Amino acid sequence: MAISLDSLKSIPYFTGLSDSAMAAVNSHIFEKKAVRGDILVFEGEPAEAMYYVTSGVVKVFKTSADGKEQILRIIRPGDTFNDVPALGGVNLASAAALSVAVLYGIKKKDLETLSRDFPQVALNIIKVLSIRVQEMISLVEDLSFRHVNSRVAKILLEYAGNGDKPRLTQQEMAAMIGTAREMVGRSFRSLEAEGAIRVERNHIIIADYVILKKIAGVAE
Amino acid sequence: MPELPVINEAKCDHCGLCVSVCVCGALQLKDNKISIVKVNDCGWCTMCELVCPTGAISCPFEIIIEDDKK
Repeated sequence: MAISLDSLKSIPYFTGLSDSAMAAVNSHIFEKKAVRGDILVFEGEPAEAMYYVTSGVVKVFKTSADGKEQILRIIRPGDTFNDVPALGGVNLASAAALSVAVLYGIKKKDLETLSRDFPQVALNIIKVLSIRVQEMISLVEDLSFRHVNSRVAKILLEYAGNGDKPRLTQQEMAAMIGTAREMVGRSFRSLEAEGAIRVERNHIIIADYVILKKIAGVAE
Repeated sequence: MPELPVINEAKCDHCGLCVSVCVCGALQLKDNKISIVKVNDCGWCTMCELVCPTGAISCPFEIIIEDDKK
């Protein structure tokens, strides 16, 4: 399929490649479209492909035996997911669209071929995997050391924007911070009582940035 | 028109639980399809999302910083 060179070069795996290498990459890319709620990758199934988000938002999550969900990452445009399984093994987590989304995919065997043919691709893969490890360590730190209110406050700060950030349900926030949905609702009320936020219909308004940062334990 | 909960029809099994808990009476199940018929009545209580057994309804929040606090 025809994809612009600029789009391909923005994929972290393929930066710094020659035009001939990019042409080879282009021949292996496929496009996938999704609406909110569509499951894109199933945990435990053989990995078939790595995906790059061109538009929309995707969550990567694990589900426990009793149905509890833990979100590992929120993928925004410009980022990839299913990287590790695409290099070997089964899908380590599931992925679902949080909005209408357009993805570029590259199959596992094609990624292997490209990394053999173009060493820069292999180097880029190592850099991406290094970032994944850092993200996981940050998540472990949050789950281990932060109080629920603090974790909710941190999520609110991270996802505050002007329409440019993904919208989140209470369930998704709960899954991101490793708690129950009810706890997120309680945290909202607690943060409102402290004057840090206001909940107005489908908007959470950060009313006092300083207080919220203090609760989140984020340095000024 | 106010923003409304997102309904993923592919995931909906038409159980009608969301209609039964909607305190605003905004939802309706008709001809095996859930729809928001009273769009101005939805108060974003998120109960429909909470009870939906298939995750077909989402009530996402937009997080914004108050203008004078940026």
